[in-house]
Amino acid sequence: MADLSVNIAGVRFKNPVVTASGTFGFGREFSQVYDLSKLGGIACKGITLKPRDGNPPPRIAETPSGILNSVGLQNPGVDWFVKHEVPWLKKYDTVIIANVAGNEIADYCEVVERLNESQVDMIELNISCPNVKQGGVAFGTSAKAAGEITKAVRNVCKKPLAVKLSPNVANIGDIAAAVESEGADAVSLINTITGMRIDINTRRPILTNNTGGLSGPAVFPIAVRMVYEVSRRVTIPVIGMGGIATWQDAVEIMLAGACLVQVGTANFTDPYAPLKIIEGIEQYLDQNVISSVTEIVGKVQIYE
Amino acid sequence: MGITTNICTVLENSQIASGIYNLTVKTHQSADAKPGQFVNIYCEGKTLRRPISICEIDKNLQTLRFVYQVKGEGTKWLSRVQAGQSLDILGPLGHGFNVSKARKVVFVGGGIGAPPLLETAKQCNFIPDAILGFKSKDFAILIDDFKKYCENVQVSTDDGSLGYHGLVTELLKERLQSDCDLVCACGPKPMLKAVAKIAEERGVECQVSLEERMGCGLGACLVCVCKVKSGEGGFRYAQVCRYGPVINSKEVVW
Repeated sequence: MADLSVNIAGVRFKNPVVTASGTFGFGREFSQVYDLSKLGGIACKGITLKPRDGNPPPRIAETPSGILNSVGLQNPGVDWFVKHEVPWLKKYDTVIIANVAGNEIADYCEVVERLNESQVDMIELNISCPNVKQGGVAFGTSAKAAGEITKAVRNVCKKPLAVKLSPNVANIGDIAAAVESEGADAVSLINTITGMRIDINTRRPILTNNTGGLSGPAVFPIAVRMVYEVSRRVTIPVIGMGGIATWQDAVEIMLAGACLVQVGTANFTDPYAPLKIIEGIEQYLDQNVISSVTEIVGKVQIYE
Repeated sequence: MGITTNICTVLENSQIASGIYNLTVKTHQSADAKPGQFVNIYCEGKTLRRPISICEIDKNLQTLRFVYQVKGEGTKWLSRVQAGQSLDILGPLGHGFNVSKARKVVFVGGGIGAPPLLETAKQCNFIPDAILGFKSKDFAILIDDFKKYCENVQVSTDDGSLGYHGLVTELLKERLQSDCDLVCACGPKPMLKAVAKIAEERGVECQVSLEERMGCGLGACLVCVCKVKSGEGGFRYAQVCRYGPVINSKEVVW
């Protein structure tokens, strides 16, 4: 039996499959379907300093091989999260990743300070949400802004810190290098790609937010390319996500350079997708006589 | 058992009205299903499952019946599934109607909103009434089924091709002049809003089954939200899939 465990910034994941932020809430709903302890980790729904209502519905539109969403960071706020959600999640033997969002750098820092005293295992800094008017992706689209916010948060953050990057940029490698140089322990990518759908009869966008973030298998090749590019620019671990729906996708993005994968939209197609992916990776490793999942990371053999 | 996905065998999937299909599957999920709940059906090649409300539950035969309308590519695929083939169904999901305390329920169904009311009608402690509205007689469904479980079944159509020529709300106004302590409604949002207003004006409790574009169907992804009253004059967004789909009309911010 191959060793599926992965260590990132001192955090041990029993397997390399984590559910992606925004698709899995704080785990409560999916815990009705299977035992959350089977997961490598859970990246919780993005949280902000104050509770947020989110955007008016409709918040979702189906697209070829994917979806657009514009939830707009609806969440109960960090204090609720720390008091009610983290203690509940601790019942399970899985890594808890808190996803942090905000309008201003000070907000992000305040949320992180409140999380320092909680039992979350890792922080994922969301500088890439395309569905909020202020903050969010604005921090993630220039290397300078991404570096600044990483530096500020690093100064107050006592937990391992991953920064979640936006694909809506000209050169994601530059952004990754900037956050690495300011002290990020890992980068996770990709967040959703901004998109739009219009109802041709009403001439109205399907999403009330007009635009939304594209996810699902449609974005997978972009995610693979960006993980590949970033893993060659930085030395910190790369957490790969974007349209992973099968174990083959997970192996592929790990070959591109991801140490850990996150599964998001696939949870909607099949709630058991993360478990099937874990099983599939294990079988792949066993069949290929690979003793540890870490051995496949970045092992794509590029044409020169 | 709670919520599970199950690969079920299709027993029947046939057209019963214009673009409307009757689907029966064999599944253990019937054991936990309650009236007004729904399931999320995987449609080949689609990223999102399709939420379909439960029309009838047979715990003895272990079957669930659905009556659905072909609206897009997912339901078009579903309509082509043959008896004997299998379907991947997630459920049962959401909160349904609560008729346990009611003496006289009046069901109001608009078009494809009628199906979830049928199982609810079956499970009433006292014989209910139903008012069913359709675009025209070509779209009329389940009238005979409702007659099995209801005392009076009134039908209206927009074009007068079957039953009363007009809206269900006009029939409801008249019906509520006599005995009724609960209205259960499912149909287009403008209809639900009008039904809720009529019931509330007469002091009759009203439960409405809402619809919104859904993601996970479990309550985790927060896409299928509706506005419900919260605090003084405020609102919050609640998930239709988990908090609903059936909600007391007084909670809804229309």
